[in-house]
Formats: sequence, C-alpha cells, structure tokens
Amino acid sequence: MNLFVSITRCLSARLRKGQVFLHSRRHALRALALLSALLAGATSLAADRPEKQELKIGFIKLTDCAPLVIAYEKGFFEDEGLYVTLEAQANWKIVLDRVIDGSLDASHMLPGQVLGSAVGVGPRANLVAVAGMGVNTLAITLGNGVWARMKPTIPSQAGKPLHPISASNLLPVIDSASAGGRRFTMGMVFPTSTHNYALRYWLAAGGIHPGYYSASDSNGATGAQVQLSVTPPPQMPSTLGAGTIMGYSVGEPWNQQAVLKNIGVPVVTAAQIWSRMPEKVLGLRREFVDRNPRTVRALVRAIIRAEQWLDAGNGANRRELASILARPEYVGADAGVLLGPLTGQYQFERGDVRAAPTMNLYYRSYAGYPFYADAVWYLTQMRRWGQIPAPKADAWYDTVARQVYRPDIYRAAAQELIASRRMAATDLPAATAYSAGNTRFIDGIAFDARKPNAYLAQFAIGQQGKGR
Amino acid sequence: MNLERSAMMFDRVGLGWLSPLMRMAGGADRPTELRRLGENAGAPLLALLAFLALWQLGASSVQTSLGALPGPLDVAAEFGTLVDEHAAERAKADAFHARQAERDAEYAKEDPTYVPTPRRYTGRATFFDQIGTSLKTVFAGFTLATLIAVPLGLLCGSSVLIQNALNPLIQVFKPVSPLAWLPIVTLVVSSMYTANADWLPTSFIVSAITVMLCSLWPTVINTAVGVAGVDRDLVNVSRVLRLSWWTRTRKIVLPSAMPLIFTGMRLSIGVGWMVLIAAEMLAQNPGLGKFVWDEFQNGSSQSLARIMVAVLTIGVIGFVLDRVMLTMQELTARGDRHG
Repeated sequence: MNLFVSITRCLSARLRKGQVFLHSRRHALRALALLSALLAGATSLAADRPEKQELKIGFIKLTDCAPLVIAYEKGFFEDEGLYVTLEAQANWKIVLDRVIDGSLDASHMLPGQVLGSAVGVGPRANLVAVAGMGVNTLAITLGNGVWARMKPTIPSQAGKPLHPISASNLLPVIDSASAGGRRFTMGMVFPTSTHNYALRYWLAAGGIHPGYYSASDSNGATGAQVQLSVTPPPQMPSTLGAGTIMGYSVGEPWNQQAVLKNIGVPVVTAAQIWSRMPEKVLGLRREFVDRNPRTVRALVRAIIRAEQWLDAGNGANRRELASILARPEYVGADAGVLLGPLTGQYQFERGDVRAAPTMNLYYRSYAGYPFYADAVWYLTQMRRWGQIPAPKADAWYDTVARQVYRPDIYRAAAQELIASRRMAATDLPAATAYSAGNTRFIDGIAFDARKPNAYLAQFAIGQQGKGR
Repeated sequence: MNLERSAMMFDRVGLGWLSPLMRMAGGADRPTELRRLGENAGAPLLALLAFLALWQLGASSVQTSLGALPGPLDVAAEFGTLVDEHAAERAKADAFHARQAERDAEYAKEDPTYVPTPRRYTGRATFFDQIGTSLKTVFAGFTLATLIAVPLGLLCGSSVLIQNALNPLIQVFKPVSPLAWLPIVTLVVSSMYTANADWLPTSFIVSAITVMLCSLWPTVINTAVGVAGVDRDLVNVSRVLRLSWWTRTRKIVLPSAMPLIFTGMRLSIGVGWMVLIAAEMLAQNPGLGKFVWDEFQNGSSQSLARIMVAVLTIGVIGFVLDRVMLTMQELTARGDRHG
C-alpha cells in the first residue's frame, strides 16, 4: 500500500515540476524495479513494516517477564521490525495506570487487570489481551513460624509432607492468632491479580474464608478469616521478614527468595492448585491495537518466537534464561535462585526439592494462546469474591471474554510464522478451541467455561451465580 | 608570590591539606610546613584509614538476609563491575547501531524511496547514565530555584512590607519534605504536560520541579538577609546620587549581598541533591535514586555492595557540588573585599 502511494507521489511530483516521467532510461528502470517488487510482494517492503516501530513495554520483575526479555535479548523484536525499550515497573497498579494513560504501549499484565478494566473492577478502560505470557508461575509461601506450627498436622509420605498441602492445616494457627487478638494476615500483589484469586482458591478449598469484596469494602475483607493486603512482588520477602504479613502469594523468584533468606517456606504451587493456571498476558489498549494492526502482529510474532525459544529442547535454554533474568535490569535475583523454578526443580522446605515439570510454561500446552476459557475463569473468580457485585448470565461471561481476549490476533501472527516455517502448525490450537483442554483443581471441582453459573454454584465458600 | 596566592586559594576552598606542599615548593620554612601538612593532610588520612578498617572488620559481623554487609574491598570490586557493565552496554549500543545501519542499507536497496529513521539505542541505563541523569536533573531544578529565589529574596530584602507579607508563606513551605510535594507535582505535571517528548520526559520535569520547590528557601532567605544588610551609607550615597532602582540594585545591592546569596545557593544545592535522590526513589524516576531502589528490589547477593557504591557516589558528588559552590562563594567574597 505504502509502496503504491510512494510511486504515485513520485510520479505526481515529477509531473508538477514539468518533467516528463520516464524520459530517461534510469527512471524507466527504477519504475520497473518498483513495479516488479510490488507484484512479487517482497516481504520486507514498507507496506509490511509495522506502523509504529518504537515501542515502550513494561514488565514486573518475575519469571514470566521472560518472553519479553528473550524477544529483546535474542533480537526477535528487531527481526520483526520493532525497536522495543523494556522498562521494569514498580508495582501492578503503576503497570495498569501507565498502559491506560499510554505511557506504555504494551505490558506484561495480569489477566484480571485487563478483564477488570472492561467490567469496571478497578479503573474502566478498553484493554485487550493478545497473548499469554506464562502458565504456572506462582506459589504460596508461609513464614517460618507459621510453617513450624502447621507442619506436624500435615500427613507425611516417605518422611516428607504429603502434597498438595491443604489450607485446612492453617486453621489451628489462624484460630490461635485470633484467640490472641491478632489477625492472620497474608500478602498478594493486586486486587485483580492471579495471586489474589489463587490464594483465595487455596484458602477456600481448605475451608478458610478469605472475605468478600463489596461496594463498601474494597479490601475484600468482609467475613474474612485471613486478612489479605497488597504488596508489590519484589517486596514480599522483606515484608514477610518485617513481620507485617505471615505469608504471601506471589510469582517466582520471590518464593524461592524466602527459602534462601530462611524466612519462609513455599507450601503450594500454582500447578498444585490448578493444573494449568494461565498467569499473565500481554496487554494493550484496544485503540492502539486498532490503529497499529501490523505493529501488534509483529509484537505477537516476536513473543511467540521468544516463547518457542523458552520451551525449546525440553528446557535446554533454561540455564541461559536464568543467567539473563539474573541481570539487574531484568529480575535481578541471583541466577541460583531463579534456576530452580525455571528448570522444574522446586525447593519447598530447605532440602525438600521436588520435581515441578509443569512450572513456568511459556509455549508448551499452548501456554501463549489466549483462550476464552481463561478469561471466563477470571471473571468467575471476580464474581465469586464479590468484585462483580451482581449475578451475570452465562452469555455475559462469553461476551466479555470475546471482547477482551483476542485469539484472532494471536492466530493471524501465528499463521504468518507458520507460512514462513518458523512455527509448526500443530502448535496452534484449532480455531474453534475455547479452552486448553481438561484441567484439574485442588478441590476436584470441574470447570466448564461454557457454564460459569453452574461452576460457581459448586463452591461452598463464594458468592453464587444467583448472588447472596 | 604566585604560589603563596594559590596556596591561600586552596585554603579557602577547603583543599587546605595541599597548601603546605605548595608553600614548601615556594621555599617556605620546611619544618613548619611539614607540621602543617601532618595536621592538615595526615589527620584526615588517618581518620579515613581508621574508618575503612573499622568498616572492613565490622561489616562481616553484620548479617542481613542478603548475606554479610559488604566491606570496602567488596564495594571497590563492585565498582569495577559497574564500570565493566557500562562498557559492555556501550558495546551493545554500538552493535545495535551497526545492525540498524545494515538494515537501513538493505531497505534502501529494495525501496529507493525509503527514508531511514535514526533510532535511539533501546537498552538500559547503566549506573553512570543514572549519575548523568541525576546531575542534569539537580542542575535544572537548582537553576529554576535560583531564578525564582534571588528576585524573590531581593524583593523581600528591600521592603519590610513585602518581607512581612511573604514571611509566613515562606516559613510554612520551607519545612515541607520532598515526599509530600511529589504526589502533587506528579499529578499536576502529568496532566498539564502531555507531550512527553523524548528529549524532555515527564519524569525529568517532575524531579526537577520537586528539587526546585525544596531548594528555593535557603536562597530566598539568605538573599533577603543579604539585601537587608547592605551598608546604610552606600544606600544613602545612592540616594544622594539619585541612582535609579535598577542601577542601585546592580551596582550596590547585588554586589554586597553576593556572598550571602552564594551561601544560600550553596545550601540550596545541598538540599536539592538530597531531595532528588529521595524523589527518584519514590517516583521511580530515572537517576541514582532509582538505581538504589532497583537494587533493593532485586535482592541479589551483589545488591548491597551495589547500593553502597551508589551511596558513596552520592556522597562524593554532594561533596564536590558543595566545594564548587564554596569556591564561587569565596571568589565573590574576595571580589567584594578587594573591590
């Protein structure tokens, strides 16, 4: 398109100047070359270049910022014609604000932030998610004191605590804290964060009430047995160390950091709560996506290629990844701390290292694909805990998911990669796929994304589809 | 004697420990100058060594969650790492520009109408880049503060009425911490300045204005005191000569208030530098403060040593800024006496 415009512009300029076009052989040849290039549809011509080539993209210091870091470090962004500046953000609130106000063109975001902006949980805005950025990356950690008190009640197997550990083992600790007039407090990273929902899910699955949100309670503490509060991810270990909270739910490496600092013990991982927990997405403003379709496709292509690299060769690149993420401008934690979660060797209690093969997936199991079912699950959790104050019809969940999650963009980018043989066609789910397939939850409750209200009705703790 | 004069100059600007060496070179009495050298240079040197030894010994016994507190040797090594990182980042930037030029050449071959866009390197800011940003910001804030504070001080000093009118305002705003100003400045600037041009980022304006708001007051107050203390005789003479207000200010008031104005500016730049680091930490604006905060968040085994490098750098730069202002203050004071 642009090429055509430039030819016409060149023509008309010459005509205006009174020159006769094609009056020399040089011009004739040049025009011929341009035309033949146009007909051949050469791929790197202006017509295919991204509309906006310089992008500023935000991230939070967590292992699931890896797709962005690798796309930058391995040159995938530049390869796709993008000049990207990556910028670490202090906390998730700043991420959301800066994506909405346009200071960031795109960012590593929480699915709940993108969906929440569409349904009015948090600031309202038109945001979309175009790719997934990590599956099974979080864990829940308890302070050493709490762990020492609950450990004897956990059944053991071969001398080690039997996994998954149920939150019900926490009840005596919570009861004695409240008997002593103290609140049992835990940290999570943002009200609409995966970490909030995962922590609430785990607590409720063990019969502990994490509290409801309501119009008059934006802290979500109504009826709570455990008080949840917001702390930025990298500050979790020091907040736990300072005794402000007794445990937390956060992405890696901030759980492993607690083991290293000898202040806490991870008790349950994302994959143990939900076998495939889609944790982060690449989020953008819808208006930006509409105005710069080629830029967004190029961005998604670079992310897909980075995610391929991340999961290539059965984890062959994970060591290199740990050393790249350890740089101060990225995650900045020691490579040794990052290595465990990235290579599937997860340390719970000191010395209790277990295989966690499905931790930190980026490409396997369609981890980068934004399934509508993932969006529906987050919306059901917003309803379950009262962030969405009134019951909604099943069709509403589907409509919001289709409005915010954009597998169409992911598919277009993937098809381009498949066409140039840089992606296997089998790595792209069928166009009709609504979910990643069968998954398991810690409480055994089945999730059918097509029937969100029936799903909500199964929970003993939680606001029902009908509302309470 | 030229050497004697420069030796006196060194005394004035706080480099007094060097002056005995110069005096000796100039042929002054050796034993006296040696004793002076011992007092002026030896004592601080001993104190410094004692401090380093105490630090080295004490550090290893302070255990934090990130390991033992780093000693001076670890910190020096970490400074070396930061220098290496800076060099490595520059090499990456060169490679980026080389790739860029190659790509532009390729595009131009395919499409003769292609106009290459020059692009800035997209990598991260190194420690030394952050120092540069902080210095630029503090100078911008300080210049703004001086441009406002000196005229304001002149007004206050020359009229008791204005002085009385403005004094309560000054006294109320003077003790406000940068951390209190920051949210207001951030909100106001980001709603009024939406262009956010590459060469003038919003974060820079926010930091500079915060520095300005906090470093205004010492200059205002000192200027006012300086102006109010101008020799009455000179003022009377100017009245007799019927000098205009402007000439009087330029020829009499400003020159005699100069030493105090510079004292105020010296205090201001000190305050500004301290404020800036705090503001950068809180607002995550680029600069040394952000470097410190980022390292605190990273929590790697090198983080503490890197933070200490930054702390020492902040101290040294603060010291140098102070000496520069002191020298200027001394120069104006001298000019005053000789003139």
